[in-house]
Formats: sequence, structure tokens, C-alpha cells
Amino acid sequence: MGIEILGLPLMYYIAMVAKVLVAFVFVLLTVAYATYAERKIIGHMQVRLGPMRTGWHGLLQPIADGVKLFFKEEIVPSQASTFAFLIAPLIALIPAFITFAVIPFGGVIEVAGYKVPLQIAAYYDTTAGQVFDVNVGVLYILAMSSLGVYGIVLAGWASNSKYSLMGGLRASAQMISYELAAGLAIISVFMLSGTLSLSKIVELQSGFNGFEWYVFKQPLAAFMFFICSLAEINRTPFDLPEAETELVSGFCTEYSSMKYAMFFMAEYANMVTVCALTVTLFLGGWNGPFTAAMPLLGPVYFIAKVYFLMFVCMWIRATLPRYRYDQLMHLGWKVFIPVALINIVVTGIVGYFI
Amino acid sequence: METIFFLIITLVAIISAILVVTCKNPINSALSLIMTFFCLATYYVMLDAPFMAAVQVMVYAGAIMVLMVFTIMLLNIRVDASKKHSHKLIIGSIMGFFTLLDLGYVIVKSRAALPTGPFSGDMIKQLGHTELIGREIFTSFLLPFEITSILLLTAIVGAVILAKKKI
Repeated sequence: MGIEILGLPLMYYIAMVAKVLVAFVFVLLTVAYATYAERKIIGHMQVRLGPMRTGWHGLLQPIADGVKLFFKEEIVPSQASTFAFLIAPLIALIPAFITFAVIPFGGVIEVAGYKVPLQIAAYYDTTAGQVFDVNVGVLYILAMSSLGVYGIVLAGWASNSKYSLMGGLRASAQMISYELAAGLAIISVFMLSGTLSLSKIVELQSGFNGFEWYVFKQPLAAFMFFICSLAEINRTPFDLPEAETELVSGFCTEYSSMKYAMFFMAEYANMVTVCALTVTLFLGGWNGPFTAAMPLLGPVYFIAKVYFLMFVCMWIRATLPRYRYDQLMHLGWKVFIPVALINIVVTGIVGYFI
Repeated sequence: METIFFLIITLVAIISAILVVTCKNPINSALSLIMTFFCLATYYVMLDAPFMAAVQVMVYAGAIMVLMVFTIMLLNIRVDASKKHSHKLIIGSIMGFFTLLDLGYVIVKSRAALPTGPFSGDMIKQLGHTELIGREIFTSFLLPFEITSILLLTAIVGAVILAKKKI
């Protein structure tokens, strides 16, 4: 390693920038094509064809949508609180993307004699011979997802419209409630793993061809975390903040053009993040057969598992009707939180005796 | 590298802290306060205390400020541009002056010293900040921890009773 900048080899910087770019482009492309996949999958589940006109079987539809939204007129309502109105889409979008910094999407690969762990916020220590990453990775994700609330709340408030305000109020109540339940559900995983670092959690699930996955040890926690995450990111059947039939389009009613597109992107980016986190915590992350021999298979398994979970999200959307608001609150506070607490106690007792 | 980063964060922290008090719109004030909390979290990371940073963002920016913003939204406070706000200028400036004196005294009289005791920076890096905090809370500081949790429980029960007349 000839050149060094500020005490670190040049390769470190190149690897870092490359990882950031790859992860960012991956999430952006997934977001774009998730909208297409969702329309197509729901279409076929309802015995329709979905988008067919733009390109072969509508493959260019996301690009057409993007161009359309980009050239639409920007409207800021005259009575809106301008600063909050303009900054809200950004606050919604950025936390959704930066959570990807701590998610490991592959093992350690070797590029020109320099070992690169496939996780953005991580480095390979040659003297210790192991990967060091953010040792509070999960807490970082929980913290960032709790910031995403502001985007929606501000959008609802700043628009100065009744529908938006109702959407924003519903969203904040719902997200705060389900954040608690989701946080409590994954505590039992940390009780098994003994660490908050995501790369270590993935490492612990590597044995026995998938039978070490935490979904088998903590099925209840996995189920609850996935459902709570759906509620936290306002996916159907919990999409009350933007319930079309009641609130026009909820918190983003007054938004147009790219600002509307940003909310849309944030929703799908959140979906990618939630699926990636569920895969990392419960489905063994990038683990799979032959990853030791071919490290580049890791990202392939990771992407396959994430896409499978995203398909499940769309499947749920096509199948289930929307919850009523009191049912939603009942489910969160009176079912999920007590069950998660019991799960923690049971895990503790079982862990003490084994 | 770290010094430059520190200076940038400090600049942001100071500007957003000033904006908290100067903004006329309560929501913008709240947003600036969140930004200040975020800068504080960055300081914790630079002090090798990532757990504190995550908790700072989660509890202060993620939970408490959401409730504040929620309340402002529910009351729907709109700023009337024509109305002039009197912030009790004289009392405020006297208070500010004394706080400044106080702070200056603390800064002049105190000496920056590395933490003594069994915890060193290397040890924190080796064992992990979360593990150390957890161990200390549930061994040395168990009684204060339990008392605090009972206090919080009392507050929660009180809030439920106050909010709901019929249980």
C-alpha cells in the first residue's frame, strides 16, 4: 500500500466510496423498480395485466413516471409554512437511505491484496484479523427510523390543510406506537446474540445451512418485528396516514412534482431498509451455501432474500384490507407490546437454563 | 481531520442553538433543537461513546421532540406576523449575563483531565460501550436504576389515570 492519506491507505478511501456508490445505486434502482414490481404483482394477483404500454411488458414505466413527476409544476400552497413544507420531503427521504450504512450485504472480499468488508460502516483490521463495524448498528437503525417520523409530521402540519393534518397526526401516533413494539420485539434477538453489531449477528447465524437463523429460534419475534415494521413505514394494511378513501392522500395531499416523488421514494426506500434489516436479524443476512469459497455469492443471497421479503410486502398489500384506527392502536399497545415483553421473559428463562 | 470535523459540527450546533431562541415559528424552533441534539450525538460518537449517541438521538430527537412537535401541531399555533412578541428583554438579558458569568467561572476554574478509574479508551473499544454500561447499571448502580424505573412507572400510571376518567 504505497500512498497514505491522513494515516489511512488510499485503498481504504477507494473502497469506501465504491461501497457507498454501489449501495446507493442499488437502493435507488430497487426503489424505482419496486414501484413497477408492485403494480405488476398486484395486477396479476387481481387478474389484471398491470402496466403494459411503456416498453416490453411496461418495463420502462418507472422511467416514464420519473420523467412525468420531474416536469410537473411545483406548487407551494400560499398559506403553507414554507420552510417546514420544503424541508419535510428531505427529512423523510434521508433517514431512509442512510440506514443502509450499517447493514452488511456480504462477507470480506479481497481487492488487490486489500481486504474489504461488504458493509459501508466497517473496516478490516489486519492486526486483529477481523471486521470491526459500528458496535451499536441496530440502535443506529432504530434512531434513524425514529427521525423519519418528522418528515411525515412536518408535511402534514406545514401544508395547512385538514386532510394533511389528519394524516400527519395519524402517522405520528402510529409510528411512535409501533416503534416501541418493534424495538421490544428484537430485544430477544440481542439476548441470544449478546451483541448489537450487525456483522456479528450475521456471523452468529452462519452455521448448519440456515438452521442457525434466528427466525427458527425466535419465530414470534420475527413475525412481530416484520408486522410492526410494516406499520412503522405505513405500508398496507396499516397505511392509515394516506388512506385514499378518507384523506385524499393523507400527509402528502398538497405536494406535487419532485417533492411528492421524494415521499414516494422514501416509502419504498423504507421498505427496502426494513426488509434488509429483517433479513439481517432473522434470515441469516448474506449467509448461504458456498459463501466461504466464493465471497461474491454473499450479496446475491442477500439481494434474493430482500427481494423475497419485498414480494411478501406486496403480497400482503394485495391480500389484506386496511385496518381501522382503533384496531390498529389495540393491536400495537394491547397485543404486540405485552406479547413482546412475555417473549423477552421466556427467552431470559430459557437462556438461563440452557 | 477530527479537529476540522469537530469545528464544523460545533458551528452547526451553535447556529442551530441560536435559531432555537430566535425563530418566531415554534415548529422551526423545534427543528433547530433537534439539529442541536443531533450535534450533541456526534460529540458522543467522537468521545467513543456510540451507545450514548444512539440513545441521545432515539430518546431526545426521536421520542421527546416528536411529542413536542405533536403538541404544537395539535394546538396549531400559527405565528401572527403583525403581532410583536415581548420576550421580557431586561430580565432575559440579566439572566443571560449571569449564566455567562457562571459558565466562564466553570471553564476558568475547571481543569480538563482524562477520566480516572478502571475505564480507559482502549478498554471501551475492546469490550464495547454498551456492554460496559449494561454491566455497571445492573451491578454497581442497581438500586438507583430500580428507583428510577419505579418513579417512571408511577408517572405513567398517573398519566393514564389523569387522562382517562373512566377505567
